[in-house]
Order: sequence, then C-alpha cells, then structure tokens
Amino acid sequence: MEELTSLLQASCPAPRPERERIVLGHGAGGKLTAQLLEELFLPAFRNPALEQRGDQAVVGWPGGGRLALSTDSFVVTPIFFPGGDIGSLAVHGTVNDLAMGGARPLWLTAAFILEEGLAQEELRRVVGSMAEAARAAGVEIVTGDTKVVNRGKGDGVFITTAGVGWVPAGVELGPERVRPGDQILLSGTVGDHGLAILSQREGLGFEEAIVSDSAALGPLVEAMLEAGGGGVRCLRDPTRGGVATALCELAERAGVGMRVEQEAIPVREAVASACELLGIDPLFAANEGKLVAVVAAEAAERVLAAMRRQRLGAEGRRIGEVVEGRAGLVTLGTGLGGTRVLDRPWHEPLPRIC
Amino acid sequence: MKYLDEYRDPRLAATLLEAIGRAQTRPWVIMEVCGGQTHSIVKHGLDQLLPAGIELVHGPGCPVCVTSLEMMDKAHAIARRPEVIFCSFGDMLRVPGSGGDLFGLRAQGADVRIVYSPLDCLALARQHPEREVVFFAIGFETTAPANAMLVERAQREGLGNVSVLVSHVLVPPAMANILQSPANRVQAFLGPGHVCAVMGYREYEPIAARFRVPIVIAGFEPLDLLEATLRAVRQLEAGQAQVDNAYARILGREGNPAARALVQRVFETCDRKWRGVGEIAQSGYRLRGEYRAHDAERKFEVAAIATREPEVCISGQILTGIQKPQDCPAFGGACTPLHPLGATMVSAEGACAAYYAYGRHLPAAAGRPAESGGRSADEGPWGPPVGAR
Repeated sequence: MEELTSLLQASCPAPRPERERIVLGHGAGGKLTAQLLEELFLPAFRNPALEQRGDQAVVGWPGGGRLALSTDSFVVTPIFFPGGDIGSLAVHGTVNDLAMGGARPLWLTAAFILEEGLAQEELRRVVGSMAEAARAAGVEIVTGDTKVVNRGKGDGVFITTAGVGWVPAGVELGPERVRPGDQILLSGTVGDHGLAILSQREGLGFEEAIVSDSAALGPLVEAMLEAGGGGVRCLRDPTRGGVATALCELAERAGVGMRVEQEAIPVREAVASACELLGIDPLFAANEGKLVAVVAAEAAERVLAAMRRQRLGAEGRRIGEVVEGRAGLVTLGTGLGGTRVLDRPWHEPLPRIC
Repeated sequence: MKYLDEYRDPRLAATLLEAIGRAQTRPWVIMEVCGGQTHSIVKHGLDQLLPAGIELVHGPGCPVCVTSLEMMDKAHAIARRPEVIFCSFGDMLRVPGSGGDLFGLRAQGADVRIVYSPLDCLALARQHPEREVVFFAIGFETTAPANAMLVERAQREGLGNVSVLVSHVLVPPAMANILQSPANRVQAFLGPGHVCAVMGYREYEPIAARFRVPIVIAGFEPLDLLEATLRAVRQLEAGQAQVDNAYARILGREGNPAARALVQRVFETCDRKWRGVGEIAQSGYRLRGEYRAHDAERKFEVAAIATREPEVCISGQILTGIQKPQDCPAFGGACTPLHPLGATMVSAEGACAAYYAYGRHLPAAAGRPAESGGRSADEGPWGPPVGAR
C-alpha cells in the first residue's frame, strides 16, 4: 500500500477535486458533511453531550430530569413548496430532532437572516406558517433575532431554530441500546420531501403533484413509546441523505450490521416515477415527516400496531432487522433476489432541500 | 409503476434465469455496452443471479467516463473565464481534470450551471447578451440530437454568444476497437438501447458479420437485460452471429430518421481520444464547418492543452472488458468516488463507481447475499415484511 501511495504521488498529475474550499457537498449530509464534523467541529467543541452525536443533545439538569437541546438552520429553495414552506419546515425539523431523543418539545428560538428586498408579504406568510406549525406541535417560540444582509448576500430568507425539550423519566433511546435481532420499522413512504422540492424547483409537471411530508412527529413517538416502552431502542428521522444514510449512520454508531428489503420500503408512485426520470434513488432522498425505529423483536409487533393507528404512521412497515457482522454495513435485498450494499453518499444530488 | 414494475417482475426474472441456465452448455463472456446497463445489473444484483458460466463484462458506454482529461481541462479553462456561463449536465461537475473539478471551480467563483436540457442555454443566452454561454456537449449518439438542435437554433436565432464544447463519442468504432484487441475476451454484446433508439441498428450488422459476434440490442430494466442475455446465449450456443433487437418496444432498425438527419446536418465524424482507452479513428463527432462560430474550442483557443493520466489506473482495461474493478490495486482505497484516479470511477455509470456505490469493495457484498447473524429478514417473528410480494 505504501508503495502504491508513493507511486501515486510520483505519477499522478493530481486529478484530485479541489477541497480547499467549502463545496455544496459539505452541506449534503453525506460523507463530506461527516468529514467536516469530525475534522473541524467535534475537535473544536469537544464535550460528552456533543459526542453523543445524536440529532439532539440530552443533558442532565441540576433540578433533576433531563433536557434535550437541538438546533438546525433552514436554507431551502424555493421557500414555498407543495406541502409546506421554510417556516413550517423550520419548526418541524427542530421539534423532530428533539422527538427522536424521546423528548417533548417545550420551547423554540428562531433567528432570521433576511435579504434586502424580500417582500414583506412573503415574510408574513412564512411567519404565519411557523406560528401555526408551532401551535400544532405544542411548542412555543419564546425568543428570536433578526438580521438583514445586503441584496445578493443572502437568498430571501434563512431561518435557524433551536429547541429545548424535556425527556420523561424512563425514556432511554440511543444507538448503544441497539442489538442484533432487533427489528427495523419505517413510518411510511420515502422521498416525498426531496422530490417535492426538486420537482417544484425544476418545474417538472407530474400528473399527480408530489407533496412534501413535512410534519411534527411528536405524537407518533409518544404513541410508540407508550406501546413499546423500553423495547424501543433508537429513533432517527431520515432527513438529508434519506433512509439509506440514516441506517448507515445508525449501524455505524451502534456497531452492528443491518439487512433491509427493498420491496418492504414504500415509495409513492409519483415519487418513484420522478426518481426514475431524474436518476435519483428514493432511498437517498430526503424526508421531513418520517422516522426509522429500531425496536426489540418482542416489542416490534406492538409498536408497529401503535404506529399504524397514528395518522403519520398509518403506512408503517417492518423493513428489516439488525444483524451481527461488520459495524456500519447495511445490505439491501433487491426485489429480484440479489443483494447490494447501501453506503453513505459522498454528495447529495439535491442541495438546499431543508 | 406502470411500464416499469412489469420489467422488474421477480417471477418473470426467475423464468428467464432458468431459461438461460437451460440454454447454456459452455462458459460465455458477454459485454453490456452501456454504463446505464452496468448500473442496472449491479444495482439489481443480476450478475449474482446468472448461472456461474455466464460472465458479464462492462463496456465503454459511459460518456462521462470516457471524456478525455484534455477535454476536461479545456472545459475548466473555459469555465474559469469571467465572461462565461458554463452549462453542463450534473454528472460532469464531479469529473476531475488535472486541477480539481467543476464543483471546486464553482466554489472559487466560476459561473457553472447544471442544465437538464441543452436548449436551456438559449434562454440563458437571451437573458445575458453581454456574456458567453458555453454548453459542454458530451455523450454518445443518444445526446447528439438535442445538442445538434441547440447549435442549429442558436445559429438560426443569431445567438452569437452560444457555443458548445463538443466531446461526442460513437459506439460502433469503440466496439470494433475492443474486438480487434489481441487481449479481447468478449464473445457477444448486449447492444446500446438508447443509442439505437436514435441511430437504429443497421450499422451494427457489419460488425456482427466481420467479427462473428452476436449483438443483441438491449434495454435497461432487469427483464430487458435478462431477455437479451438469453438471446445472446442462444446465438452463441448455436454458433450464430447476428444483430437481434430485444428492445423492439422502443426502437426499430432505422432508429429515429428525423433525429439522425439533424445530427448529420450539424456534426461530422472525426478521430476522438477516449479517456483510459486512447485515440480511436472516426469515433467522435465535431461541428461541421458552417457552425464553426459556435465552436467553443476555437472561440476560446484551448486546442493546445495536453495532459497525462495516472499510471496506476487500469480503466482502459476495464472499459474494454479485460479486467474488472476489483482487479485494480487502487479500487476502493486510493481511488474512490471522492478521489477518482480515472475514468470509470467518476460517473455513477462507470463500472468502478457502480461497484463502489453498491458496496462491492466491502466483504459482505461480494457474491451471494450477506450472512446474517440472526434470522434472515424474511423469517421474522410474524412472517415476511409487510408489503413484500
């Protein structure tokens, strides 16, 4: 290998991508994002809560009990899309990150970066939609900030939300609790959000409009925890990078393998058609109102039944199971009987979907 | 999904696989020409399902992969110019030249845009009369008609600020090149369905006759590929060497005459250098003289750029079916989609990238389904997964 490396250095006319600057791939949730996290942010800010590397940090609280904290920025373009807008997305994204830790969201903060020239009417619509989403999710937006940048230095509106939630006693979720033999559940169809944004952006007119699944997952999580108790091991919302990326990350963090079946993963027909047309794999396309759950085998049936009674889990499925074997290796059974590996993407084909 | 699920039917696939097993008495090496076919084969695991004696090797039909390093460097030199809006299909943005890729150039301030149709360049040119709109016209015969239409319409509308960097390649000369090689292993071809939808398959008949190889024009869905493989195996076993059309739902012998005529008006054949393979005579298109004003190579004077490939890369051998991705010492280690060393790792349709994306560099993915620690997913506590067929 050493010989190979030196050979490469000697003979290769450096056909290496320019990585001295930030490229769109660094924000895509794939391997480049992970690299940025591991090489820059984690070493700079290192502490135990951060190193949990969940969608939220769960920290002890001097008064007893535990708090969950999460923050997320939203730069989606276009800011209005079928099924939502940047405002409702900014609420759903952060409350869902809290919910994946089993937390009940309590408060949000909201920071706006507005571009000079943005129509006030558009901002009013975004804020109205945020307020409605927050009410529906049972969370209050309690503080915020507004900055305006010169025309051309932003893109309409960017929103950052941060959330605080309370984790009830007895709720313990995390990849370290995942065991071989556990079942993998998925709450519904995949790829709706990513393809809704993309078809809107590219002006693709499909017979059946593709609508984002953006929604708050709190009630679904509560129903699942109530039905499954300690049998619910870990939850993830498969946003950027889709279900495939969420499973890879989870398998890696848990130190286990996973086997899922392509045929068990539901994809809406319009989404599947759009994916074929655009050359995108729906397993890698973003969702904003879905979750993946790893559940102990003995609790799986109960949890699945509870999911299916909820509106947001009505199309819930068992898609596979946790297996022993190489940590982080996720294999997919193809419909025809072949097997392939699902690997985290380097890039994501759809920048700025959230 | 209508017109798609039907071509992925597991029951029909099993029937075809059985028929292939029955037809075959000896080992055969069959090349699928197109990158899209390679991608589909690896994605659906068809190569794992075929009888052991049928070996599929992966052909040169990935236009992104075979675009030469020189051409990439020319593209980058043009894209760097401040007056240029450089338009390309998305795949090309990740392809490394000698000094980085188009994504990197864009991060440095170059105006590089992804378009879904070459004709999008016309609107851009009208909106920005003060700037130069350049389209990277790559691809096989499949993309040539749309690219030709861009040039013809730009000429007709007098849009002097539209030009194209032409890097078109042609399939039949590449197939002949493979068959002429002393190291050739290919005994039959699954022919390029999309290319033939434009060009028809008349021009493949002399190749089949001259080199005594069956050529079965194939589609891209699992059943298309299995049906074509079956027909190829039957010809091989019977000692036949004909062009057969297993994609008749899409194309006929003459292809699309209107598209062919358009291509003929705008382009003429020329020698072309293929990344990883080298120069092949009369294997490319260039603009005809009367469209010279829209030739980006002339307009921006980049004709003199020359480059050298990394020596470790075996993509030439892979593109001609002599070796497989795993045979390369750099595969999955020094060479990955993020740091591709050569042609076949750069595009999703390249054989190395397809093997990498579907995990063929990882231990459990080789060959048959991964061993599972517990029950297999099909034998869960309450039967098969909900929704499984």
